[in-house]
Amino acid sequence: MNLLTYDFMQRALIAAALIGVIAPLIGIFLVQRRLALLGDGMGHVALTGVGLAFLVGSAPVPTALVVAALGALVLEVIRSRSRTAGDLALALVFYGGIAGGVMLTALASGKASSALNQYLFGSLSTVAVEDIAWLVGASIVVVIILVIFGREMFAMTLDPDVAHVQGIRTTRLGVLLTVLAAVTVVIGMRTVGLLLVSAIMIVPVAAAQQIAGSFRGTAIGAVVVGLACSVAGLVTSFQLDVPPGPSIVLLSLAAFVVAALIAIPLRRRRHRHPHAEKPVQEHDHA
Amino acid sequence: MDATTPAICCDDVSVDFDASCVLSNISVDIYPGDFTAILGVNGSGKTTLMRAMLGLIPLTGGAVRIYGTDLPRFRDWSRLAYVPQRLHSAGAVPVSVHEVVGASLISPRRRLPRRGDRLAVTNALDLVGLSNRRKDRFDSLSGGQQRRVMIAAALAKDADIYILDEPTAGVDAESQERITETFRHLQQAGRTVLLVTHELGAFSALASRIVVLGSRTGVGSHVLYDGPPPVPEHLTERHWHHSEEVIARGKEPGLLDPGNTA
Repeated sequence: MNLLTYDFMQRALIAAALIGVIAPLIGIFLVQRRLALLGDGMGHVALTGVGLAFLVGSAPVPTALVVAALGALVLEVIRSRSRTAGDLALALVFYGGIAGGVMLTALASGKASSALNQYLFGSLSTVAVEDIAWLVGASIVVVIILVIFGREMFAMTLDPDVAHVQGIRTTRLGVLLTVLAAVTVVIGMRTVGLLLVSAIMIVPVAAAQQIAGSFRGTAIGAVVVGLACSVAGLVTSFQLDVPPGPSIVLLSLAAFVVAALIAIPLRRRRHRHPHAEKPVQEHDHA
Repeated sequence: MDATTPAICCDDVSVDFDASCVLSNISVDIYPGDFTAILGVNGSGKTTLMRAMLGLIPLTGGAVRIYGTDLPRFRDWSRLAYVPQRLHSAGAVPVSVHEVVGASLISPRRRLPRRGDRLAVTNALDLVGLSNRRKDRFDSLSGGQQRRVMIAAALAKDADIYILDEPTAGVDAESQERITETFRHLQQAGRTVLLVTHELGAFSALASRIVVLGSRTGVGSHVLYDGPPPVPEHLTERHWHHSEEVIARGKEPGLLDPGNTA
């Protein structure tokens, strides 16, 4: 493929493959915890990091990593320390994030404003050589943490009370998951963009769970869908000369529609399963 | 640990919600091997007491000790198994029956899967008669079957104390029989069982002790009765009949007529 002859495309493909694998692995826990919109919020917060990087002239990826991770911690503190409902706490942090990002970017030079677009919707050409090291490093950290704590996270998202009685520190694990979501958002920031990165965390999971019969099956399916859509979306963007974020997300949504269509006959068969769904019967022994 | 150390000790436990007292000065000791049912009408704080015992809600006063250790310092969670009424996340991401049971084996001391986990899961599912549904989606099971799977999860843990929230509420007859049978085995094996229920029903033959929670004043439940079944008559009449709803419930088998399911 001739597009691999371009250095920037090689880097963009590496970045896309990383987010395609990592995002659904975190997303599945967010969906299970009914926090599907958390990634969106973390994207808004990361925008403040990008704005800050523009203003002080630091590297955007590590700055956004730090700011998003701090935002994740603030969110968890608001959630646990106050009576603010979960979604309200999310909303507060999100608005602060996006307002802060746009404000800081505007305060920086005029050139930064046009660069902001690339962070919002992704870009083929902006994955810098030094970014790759950060993205690979962050991805490895996320995977190691998942290997160590993934099963505990599964138990926690299945039922936090039962997990507590197994000695699992559910509060700390919840904070860890939010921070991982923040890191994942930054990994996807360059290719998918901050406004759409949450989609690649959630949509492949939504597609896989139409067909899968287990958590493991959903995870594997979501990674396959995520990886395929990220890489194919990137190639499509190259050919059509459009930002990669929308291509990747539209392909994921198409995968969801296909999965949902495949699931219709599957579901019907499940209902015909000889042992399935036995209604509660009022036994009358009289 | 000597034989007289209670498995669970509630020492003068009080719990407030939003400045109103839900439980006031509850003292209950559960001894190893006890089969205890905590009874009470809706709103009598029985689920609150259970959650307080598990450290799921903060106490306003008093202390809970498990095997003599204060709850905040208790770490030996493998000795305790808890079965909720339903799983918090049911229906979000698909999970298989095997995964639901296997999740109970996960803990900070057992982060990675171990050899023998699979066998423990299969054996536990065998005990509730659902090993043939191992690979099915949890949400494709009926309510009663789901409850049996959650009980299997507790069994797989091979704990000493089993704490259950309304284990037979809304469960079909077949599952109810299976569940009662499972508890008979647990009782015979000398395990400690504590269940919260609004009707003793099928468990009346198993329960060695009942604790009735309620309130004479309407605020702050306390222990109205603590002893062997059945529920004393003065409670079933005076205190259970003070509202229309309770009169209606009084006609159901269970509380008023333990063990005699007409």
